[in-house]
Amino acid sequence: MLLIECPYCGERPEPEFTYGGQAHLARPRDPAATSDEEWTAFLYRRANTRGVHAERWRHVHGCGRFFNALRDTTSDQFLATYRIGEPPPGAPR
Amino acid sequence: MQPFSGLALLKRGFTGQRGWTPQWRSPQPKPGYDALIIGGGGHGLGTAYYLASEHRLGSVAVLEKGWIGGGNTGRNTTIIRSNYLFAESAALYDHALKLWEGLSQALNYNLMFSQRGVMLLAHSVHDVQVSKRHVHANRAAGVDNEWLTPEEAQAFCPPLNLQGLRYPVLGAALQRHGGTARHDAVAWGYARAADALGVDIVENCEVTGILRDTGGAVAGVETTRGPIRARRVGVAAAGHTSVIMKMAGIELPLESYPLQALVSEPVKPVFPCVVMSNTIHAYISQSDKGELVIGAGTDAYTSYTQRGALHIPSHALEAICELFPIFRRMRMLRNWGGIVDLTPDRSPIIARTPVPGLYVNCGWGTGGFKATPGSAHVFAWTIARDEPHPINVPFTLERFREGLLIDEAAAAAVAH
Repeated sequence: MLLIECPYCGERPEPEFTYGGQAHLARPRDPAATSDEEWTAFLYRRANTRGVHAERWRHVHGCGRFFNALRDTTSDQFLATYRIGEPPPGAPR
Repeated sequence: MQPFSGLALLKRGFTGQRGWTPQWRSPQPKPGYDALIIGGGGHGLGTAYYLASEHRLGSVAVLEKGWIGGGNTGRNTTIIRSNYLFAESAALYDHALKLWEGLSQALNYNLMFSQRGVMLLAHSVHDVQVSKRHVHANRAAGVDNEWLTPEEAQAFCPPLNLQGLRYPVLGAALQRHGGTARHDAVAWGYARAADALGVDIVENCEVTGILRDTGGAVAGVETTRGPIRARRVGVAAAGHTSVIMKMAGIELPLESYPLQALVSEPVKPVFPCVVMSNTIHAYISQSDKGELVIGAGTDAYTSYTQRGALHIPSHALEAICELFPIFRRMRMLRNWGGIVDLTPDRSPIIARTPVPGLYVNCGWGTGGFKATPGSAHVFAWTIARDEPHPINVPFTLERFREGLLIDEAAAAAVAH
């Protein structure tokens, strides 16, 4: 079981959270002008990274809020958690 | 290849069963092949076997990062069934089931295939409706599936408890031709038969790059044991398919999750069939060695660690203990995870890719073992002829763009 640090509430056990998949996927701003290829990429294609993965979690049995995390998918170790809207720690600003 | 038979066993019995030779070679990889298969699990080894046996491809090699059958082939709960809802899936899985029935003979290898019946429990009005819809859809498609009352379900599986359940058993869908097979034997049987046809099985050989020619087509692979040339490369790497395909610049609609299973201490034969429950999510059968083989759900998050959280199998065990109170004092011996590649519609992708000469067989998610021979058979066809077999025509990569999903995810309401 993972110990996950909610940026609002602190460290809590994994069953308090739900997983929200890959982070930083922006919904196309103009749906009508978006090609089938771009919709496919947004809706279905995923990085499925083997290594450091940016992903969404939701502290559903706590504050209820979404946040982002960097986790190494080869060890399941969390490197950082950060609030929605913030760039991933270590990313160029 | 030394053929296996009762007579061969008897003859060697006079000399203490000595003199058996290894069942397949451990060759050095050659500089080039007609076709390469990446991934030495059941699907990959089977594909190589059919490429050599049915399509007579001159030289074929299987490249395996670790040892053959050490990934999901050796980590699943060995359940075989074909009662999927949609015609496309039922055709694919039933093709596999038909091949399973003759596979031990075809490979001259005892796969311990046992059609003991797979029973799916229904616990709510909704379950009953969905299960009956599956039964009717399957029967219309010529696939074996039948509806049982709770009493009939208990008669088929006597350890099943019907009293005082939080989620009562309201009936069950039974596929009598479903069952189990020895998972390791599937990898070994295909490996031995493929090796006898000249296929090179190269273990401890990790693919680190996909080589392309100036036109963009596949020219071979880069591996930890050096470059290997081939004009056709088939990827059957299960949970690591995304990693391999990224080497060719292709991002797939896949996410890799841990799926856990566990086995108990071995006991005498007590459990006659396979029982599954999607609603309270657990499945169980008994291996020929006597262990109860229990499957849990996927973990919540993507991972490549081949392990998961303890609360996932605990949940499955709570469901097992409620349905089968006689197992409450059993001790569990081993627990492990496999990395399964899930597609958004929970149906596989067996297809050509945008890179000429590169083929992919992936997305089997939590239920790939049952499809092994069918998957391998149609994938070999796809590679050999550069076009899909009629059965895998719908299982393209493009279906996600075109909206032609084969939505078994919605049909089963769980990973399956």
